[in-house]
Amino acid sequence: MNNGNQIRKHAIIALIENQPGVLARVVGLISGRGYNIESLNVGPTQDPGVSRMTMVVPGDDRVLEQVTKQLKKLVDVIKVTDLTREACINREYLMVKVAIKRENRSDVTNLANVCGGQIVSVHPRSLVVEMVGDQTSIAGFMELMKPFKIMDISRSGMIAMSKD
Amino acid sequence: MRTGAKCVIDALSDAGVKTIFGLPGGTVLDIFAELYHAPFEFFLTRHEQGATHMADGYARATGKPGCCIVTSGPGATNAVTGLATANMDGIPIVCISGQVPSSMIGNDAFQEADTVGITRAVTKHNYLVKNTADIPGIIAEAFDIATSGRPGPVLVDIPKDVQRAQTDAVFSGKLHRRGHEPVYDADPKQVAKLAKAISQSRRPVILTGGGVVAGNAAAELTAFARKTGIPVTTTLLGLGGFPDTDPLALRLAGMHGSVAANLAISACDLLISVGARFDDRVTGKISEFAPNAIIAHVDIDPSAISKSVPAAIPVIGDAKRVLKALMPLVKPQERSPWMAQIKAWQHESPFTYDKKESRILPQYAIEQIYEVTKGDAIVTTDVGQHQMWAAHFFKYTHPRTFISSGGLGTMGFGMPAAIGAKAGCRDRKVVCISGDGSIQMNFQELVVAVEHDLPIVVVILNNGYLGMVRQWQEMFYRKEYSAVRLGQNLRAKNERIKDKPPAYLPDFVKMAEAHGAVGLRVTQKREVAPALRKAFALKRPVVVECITKPDENVYPMVPPGASLSEMVQGLI
Repeated sequence: MNNGNQIRKHAIIALIENQPGVLARVVGLISGRGYNIESLNVGPTQDPGVSRMTMVVPGDDRVLEQVTKQLKKLVDVIKVTDLTREACINREYLMVKVAIKRENRSDVTNLANVCGGQIVSVHPRSLVVEMVGDQTSIAGFMELMKPFKIMDISRSGMIAMSKD
Repeated sequence: MRTGAKCVIDALSDAGVKTIFGLPGGTVLDIFAELYHAPFEFFLTRHEQGATHMADGYARATGKPGCCIVTSGPGATNAVTGLATANMDGIPIVCISGQVPSSMIGNDAFQEADTVGITRAVTKHNYLVKNTADIPGIIAEAFDIATSGRPGPVLVDIPKDVQRAQTDAVFSGKLHRRGHEPVYDADPKQVAKLAKAISQSRRPVILTGGGVVAGNAAAELTAFARKTGIPVTTTLLGLGGFPDTDPLALRLAGMHGSVAANLAISACDLLISVGARFDDRVTGKISEFAPNAIIAHVDIDPSAISKSVPAAIPVIGDAKRVLKALMPLVKPQERSPWMAQIKAWQHESPFTYDKKESRILPQYAIEQIYEVTKGDAIVTTDVGQHQMWAAHFFKYTHPRTFISSGGLGTMGFGMPAAIGAKAGCRDRKVVCISGDGSIQMNFQELVVAVEHDLPIVVVILNNGYLGMVRQWQEMFYRKEYSAVRLGQNLRAKNERIKDKPPAYLPDFVKMAEAHGAVGLRVTQKREVAPALRKAFALKRPVVVECITKPDENVYPMVPPGASLSEMVQGLI
């Protein structure tokens, strides 16, 4: 009962009507309570009238439970699940542009290969590495890239699906 | 083929609307052109806030959705306070707003505002209509959303070109409710769990809220309480949901609740909340709210449950249906020590005031309203001390007879709400109890009552102060009365108008007369009842101004942040 104040990242999935204004409603509801959305991903589903939204929101369990209930209350929100306590698969797509010199180019390519990344663009002074992975492997790879000079990062934000 | 504007009028008619409140403007001219030929009773308000509050008062008094039409830009922004008021209290309103033509949206056009953006947070739902063919379906859906589940206001924003274009579309009859399917029938397991908790409880209390009134469950609640013998306390919006005159009535709970209600909540072992949302004005310090109780929470809105007070027995469903399901599962029970304790609290500490005071006390004036009307009236209020006294010193026995802005606390609500209530209930006495601060916020709407021959009585309890703020400054801000003196005579000499300050500023009697109503002023206790009798007999809109003792406070009071058991009581 009392561990409701624990702060952690919540992965919230919302199935929403594919209509203008719905994103603003969802985001407004969360930001209006002073919560920051760490990542947000919206995409189509098998039903053209429905979009799927995946949000990562850090916050305490009790408040996030309330946010989830409030989201459900929105007329344009069809279904909301908080995957934090469920067995689920999560993935994120990452592109990172790294500045290189002749002598460290192979270091970057080796690390990318070992971690399951791919070199998708090669320039004399930079490389672009792409990678798909769960939160742990993306974080691990970013840690390994730290010693290099990172010029740009683009991340898709997490998407997730329950296993059952 | 018909125009979008005609679709609007037809859809309102199909939704059963008979009464519309509003104010025209450039972007709703097409709708008003259709309205000219339509059989609605239209109330031309003098400010859009008035229109929304009238629609709100109409809805609260009749149980039917209120409807208003406003123009774009300032028309819509003026409506925001009224929408927010209805949203907080769960009142069904459909508001149609005009919008600049589609091609001009986003261009900072004349009287343009992002109305759906601005009203998103203060409505249950809103729409920007982009195709004329969508109008019939959207308006039908708007009424469905406004009135189902926990009711609330819905705004439909229609650009001018969408109103003017032609369509042959009609409403298919099928509502789109994919993301909006309220649960009315509660899980029988939860109902059984609640029934079991009741049978095991030695000190139960029922807390009822606006949900009992909105859900037309007052009769079921009363029958349930009487069968089980459980005492009932109500939130401000719950007043009328259980008769104040019943021996089981603990009356108002919370910051200005009765001693019996607050002590019963603090001592009970089972708190059954029906249609109340544990507002901070009801709970006081959350961690010490009902500390010994199992909390059962019946609400149609799942997000209300465990929002502020964790519920051990959540029951999601419609108040009326839950109570009906519960009825056969409960039986009368003997709880003598608890009932004796309740009786003692009720008798020792009723709501009271200094009856020997020679000046008019606001409490006395409200008691006189109760006497003169014999309790048979719809009471609307504004917000502040008079609102609390109206809850204490008028006894409500029927639902939809106490109409007040509970959640948002909107000063200026009372008079337009009274007009809306009277528009919907012509055969009822309607009285607005207000203060000299609140009444000035929407006084202009009095002409609407005069024009439509709606004989409402507005009682202004004039203490020369923003009284509730003054009370807080007295109790919690070192008696530093900052910006609360409305009466000239209460100000320091150097803060008064220099040359011949007027005796009354403003002069409410003259204001009433200037608006075509009758104005009466009473300054003596003995004048109060005769003036009220005259006011109700006149069958015209009447303003009765009572000049009251300036510095009376509302007691009991739970100081902000304190628990309900730490009430401050008056000196009596």
